[in-house]
Amino acid sequence: MSKIIPSAAKLLATNTIPKSAVPIVSTSTAKYSTKKEATFEIKPYKLHKLEKGPATSVILTAEDAINIYEKLAMLRRIETSAGNLYKEKIIRGFCHLYSGQEAIAVGMRTAMRDVDSVITAYRCHGWTHLMGVDLVGVLAELTGRKSGCSRGKGGSMHLYGRNFYGGNGIVGAQVPLGAGIAFAHKYNDDGGVNFALYGDGAANQGQLFEAYNMAKLWNLPCVFVCENNGYGMGTSIERSSASTDYYSRGDFIPGIWVDGMDVLATREATQFAIDYCTSGKGPLLLEMETYRYSGHSMSDPGTSYRTRDEVQEVRQTRDPITSFKEKIITYELATPDQLKEIDTRVRKEVDEATKIAKSDSEIGPEELAADIYYNNLEPEIRGVSPDSPLQHIEVSARN
Amino acid sequence: MSSLVVKRSVLLAKLIKHVNSEAKRLSSHFVYFPDNGKPVEGETTKMNMMQAINNAMDLTLRSDPTAVVFGEDVAFGGVFRCALGLQEKYGKDRVFNTPLCEQGIAGFGIGLATAGATAIAEIQFADYIFPAFDQLVNEAAKARYRSGGQFPCGALTVRTPCGAVGHGGLYHSQSPEAFFAHVPGLKVVVPRGPTAAKGLLLSCIREKDPCIFLEPKILYRSATEDVPVEDYTLPLGKAQVLREGDAATLVAWGTQVHVLLEVAQKAHDELGVSCEVIDLQSILPWDEETVCNSVKKTGRCLIAHEAPLTSGFGAEVAATVQEECFLHLEAPIGRVTGWDAPFPHVFEPFYLPTVSRCYDELRRLLQY
Repeated sequence: MSKIIPSAAKLLATNTIPKSAVPIVSTSTAKYSTKKEATFEIKPYKLHKLEKGPATSVILTAEDAINIYEKLAMLRRIETSAGNLYKEKIIRGFCHLYSGQEAIAVGMRTAMRDVDSVITAYRCHGWTHLMGVDLVGVLAELTGRKSGCSRGKGGSMHLYGRNFYGGNGIVGAQVPLGAGIAFAHKYNDDGGVNFALYGDGAANQGQLFEAYNMAKLWNLPCVFVCENNGYGMGTSIERSSASTDYYSRGDFIPGIWVDGMDVLATREATQFAIDYCTSGKGPLLLEMETYRYSGHSMSDPGTSYRTRDEVQEVRQTRDPITSFKEKIITYELATPDQLKEIDTRVRKEVDEATKIAKSDSEIGPEELAADIYYNNLEPEIRGVSPDSPLQHIEVSARN
Repeated sequence: MSSLVVKRSVLLAKLIKHVNSEAKRLSSHFVYFPDNGKPVEGETTKMNMMQAINNAMDLTLRSDPTAVVFGEDVAFGGVFRCALGLQEKYGKDRVFNTPLCEQGIAGFGIGLATAGATAIAEIQFADYIFPAFDQLVNEAAKARYRSGGQFPCGALTVRTPCGAVGHGGLYHSQSPEAFFAHVPGLKVVVPRGPTAAKGLLLSCIREKDPCIFLEPKILYRSATEDVPVEDYTLPLGKAQVLREGDAATLVAWGTQVHVLLEVAQKAHDELGVSCEVIDLQSILPWDEETVCNSVKKTGRCLIAHEAPLTSGFGAEVAATVQEECFLHLEAPIGRVTGWDAPFPHVFEPFYLPTVSRCYDELRRLLQY
């Protein structure tokens, strides 16, 4: 996508600008910037069993800059809203926030094609939206209401969408599924690549290594993405992992360390991974180093195993949104006014969706026994009092 | 100074009361019935179940130099804080964090226990125990048998929080006791409150066979009792009769015991009948004698558990009771359980075998 869009944008630019009435002013005080693109340097990648990595010098168009910024802002806002809903006890159960890690999902999604698929763990709210589920679908699932993308039956960890194989609740359990999905891409010859995401904590689960082996053995188009945010629940990577070079832990699978706080780096690395996998070379491992601002989940204040100063320092010096914002303003790909407009719009959209997610109703109790089996051989669910039988019912269309 | 201490303890009491009332609000499906009887004489102190479990591990680490405690995030106490303060007290080589790898934790614990250490492993939620299922079922349970008694791993205890908590959803609410009850070689225990938890956990730790100790997580903070300060154990494989009666026998374990105690009270108040309430405590082995003797007396039996109906442990109890007490039964054995559905996120109140569901079933048994 990033390969096509910049050139297309250039074409469009030369054709449309003279005809349009937009004045060509490229000073930073203008409401809309007219700089078309800029080149940025990316923090060097670290490579494992690879001769050559992704490009370290990348071009960003103004159009992409705006799109990326909007997505980053949207993901942050979704999580702010989710955090508030949890504190108001409207979201019950478990809730894991992505704030701080946005550059990974947004960068990856920007590079991904329509045919590619994703599976991740429970930090999945933003991913779900990026994969095409609307805000109400995400937020109403968090609040357990019927407009949620899983009809409120999954909750915060179990969001699904097209080509998005879910939020998954068990640490590391989604990764072998990723290998299976990749096999399907290969078998169906649809040209797609699967991205299987997991954290640094899950990186120590045995089933990951089983998945690595299968993926390489059968050369599957699978990109294993380790989102290393420094802590597996309350344990830092140094205290949990014999090797913290997660990009090299696929052993025979080539790997790349990527600055996960730089959306351009994650985008470029993803583009590289797609090219790599679609050329039939088999799986690739990306480690994206990042940071989460909140605790592991809402029940973890996130301060018993790290200092407030540490969190504050990352916020001030490495925040993926602030740093991207500074970049695109400095290089005049966007103006502060333009970004403020986006912020306002994003806030409004999320607020409106939040309102619906709060007021929407829950599905009826008859759905407790819905969609347990494809074909229910027993009409009634067992274990229900004789005077209030519940039927096995089908709500979602069978495929 | 002393007034300051008093002030603090008043504040603390207020806080505990607040936490308790909050917990009750969240877990409206039961009222906690504290234990009045004490297993041993002597000094007691107020503890919730989390503190009682902490106290049992503290006593073990103090008296048994080979004892170690490990699991995900236990260094700062674990997510439910049961190991709180133990690392400061006993050092990083005895109380430590593991990576997030349940199969590894179980296997590591088996090796450690086989080599002679007292291994106390924590699996953060019972729902996460399934990656460790192979290690526990195929390795731990069979170690003694397959080595002709030479290499047992009896010093292994796996603690894990289970059961409904009010809003846990699919992966933080399950009660997997029946899976493990199917495995000869393991012992499976579920306490109903602080006093029982301390005595049973100490028994499990000292037991010469591997034990799975399932802790109903809702009780960690909502269940408070005067718990004996000193070291004591409660026998494994023994049920406890908590309330005597002649109209029906109500059998449960863990949180569900409190639901049935409330049902028995309600039956007493509204129907004028007295029910016998039995806390099984040990799932494997379970106390057939106590249950069957009771059913022979009452002629009616109701079993309740949070786990789904089909192949729930209630099925085993019911099968044995009908075999042993067939001629004494006045009604078919009743089971009130979670339903044969995944543990639902938004339907938790409907899913649970609540007081009203159990009471309805009891009335059915009485009118049969």
